[in-house]
Amino acid sequence: MNPVSELIKNLADQHGRERHNLLPILQGVVEQEKYLSEFSMIEIARELGLPASEVYGTATFYSFLEHKKMGKYIIRICKTITCSMKGKNQVLLAIEDMLKISVGETTSDGTFSLLQTNCLGFCHKAPAMLVNNEVFTDLTPEKVREILSSYLKK
Amino acid sequence: MTISYQLKRADFIFKNENDWEDVLNKSISCSATELINELISSELKGRGGAGFPTGLKWKLAAEVDEPTKYVICNADEGEPGTFKDREILTMVPFKVLTAMAVCGYVIGAKDGYIYLRGEYLFLLPELNKAIREFEYYCDEIKLDFRIHIFMGSGAYICGEETALIESMEGKRGEPRNKPPFPSNSGYMNKPTVINNVETLAHTYTIFKYGAKRFYDLGVQYSRGSKLFSVSGDTPKPGIYELELGMSLADFVEEFGDGDTKAVQVGGASGFLVPRKRFAETAIGFQGKLTGISLPTGGSMMLFNSSRSMFNVLDNYLEFFREESCGQCTPCRVGCQQLLMGIKAVKRGEKNARYLDKLLRLTETMKLTAKCGLGQSVANSFSSIVENFREEMIY
Repeated sequence: MNPVSELIKNLADQHGRERHNLLPILQGVVEQEKYLSEFSMIEIARELGLPASEVYGTATFYSFLEHKKMGKYIIRICKTITCSMKGKNQVLLAIEDMLKISVGETTSDGTFSLLQTNCLGFCHKAPAMLVNNEVFTDLTPEKVREILSSYLKK
Repeated sequence: MTISYQLKRADFIFKNENDWEDVLNKSISCSATELINELISSELKGRGGAGFPTGLKWKLAAEVDEPTKYVICNADEGEPGTFKDREILTMVPFKVLTAMAVCGYVIGAKDGYIYLRGEYLFLLPELNKAIREFEYYCDEIKLDFRIHIFMGSGAYICGEETALIESMEGKRGEPRNKPPFPSNSGYMNKPTVINNVETLAHTYTIFKYGAKRFYDLGVQYSRGSKLFSVSGDTPKPGIYELELGMSLADFVEEFGDGDTKAVQVGGASGFLVPRKRFAETAIGFQGKLTGISLPTGGSMMLFNSSRSMFNVLDNYLEFFREESCGQCTPCRVGCQQLLMGIKAVKRGEKNARYLDKLLRLTETMKLTAKCGLGQSVANSFSSIVENFREEMIY
């Protein structure tokens, strides 16, 4: 069995096969695969007995359910007002310069993807970013370089 | 007109909670009607921003004759400038869990859900631990109530209660038509109470100390205390519990950096108040007798004179354009047109009078958009454009 199909079957066994189990299954696939391929969405539709268009419609609604291949570490830097006021662009430039990618791109070795996101809820410690599920706040260009270096060593 | 009300600090939400077992036992030894009456007499209103009376919400769901009902804690905190709910769930989770169980007891629900925004996934291990301990105690006292966590996946609109329900049902987070309201037909079309994290934490205070203690704080129509998330140009960003009804002038005196040009009250969907109106603005719910009163989910963003209000509005509109669910045309197209419109004016491609056309567009959105997102874009747009028109043009 294809490993993705097996993952989807296991997730459906764990969460259930009703429509209201769809989001946890989509999240489970993204957690493992980092994104939802067309194949994954069709497989989920088959497993749950839903039209593939319904799965696609739901999956593409949510900004954390990526449907493009992503790197091992997804950097999401907050671009909402306070982070923007407190030096988000300088931090972003430092990341782009260090990783040699622009927003929306993935490094050629597949380690990092760089995205911007809306308010992360750390306006009092701006600027903030997520690397996968980990939060980093009060960022400066120096600090973000250290953080990314520590990920490179992992 | 100047408001004489002073800024007063309160300390209920984050006070220690070692007594949650007592509060739970004390509460469920009362009748559902007694608890509802207590909430109604406290005059607690929802702390997510919309301000619906909490006691009434519980009462409406309790009155529906239906064996399956649900309690949902809305932890999809996404309003720009708001970060209090995460702090509550981190510092005092048992208050929220206890309040959910009491709500379940009052309305007749056996299952509670916490809808946690995807950005807060890192809270999960600690929160699950608290839930396990809580459920263990419920079993001990033979209270049939279970709490589940449902993770969001990055969608601001899912903080709107019917969009949240759609999302839990495995669909796109598109708001429903109201009525029916969730108290009649919510999750899985069953009666559902959806309360904000902070609202639930306040019910804990009310059940512990009685309605009067809560009612005595604040002012008429705006009773109790409220958590404020303070950010922007301030020497002391953070979360503060304050009594409702304070004047914005007092707030700025306390939190400003001496050069505060304007304060955004209530996040991107709220209002921008310029310096000249600080003294006449009170922070509370509508209906206050003196001055202008603003409802708020607690987001207070301060801007000093180094900030361009054009950039602020541009940032908000980009936020709304991306977060609009796209379901209704006024909001989907309106947010795009507003954003393109202010840029065109700034670049000189449209003349200044075009701003008045855009203001009329926000009025249309206010009247015709399906949910609070599209309706509230007018708040920040008109309050910024009307007060800082020259910054939009030059």
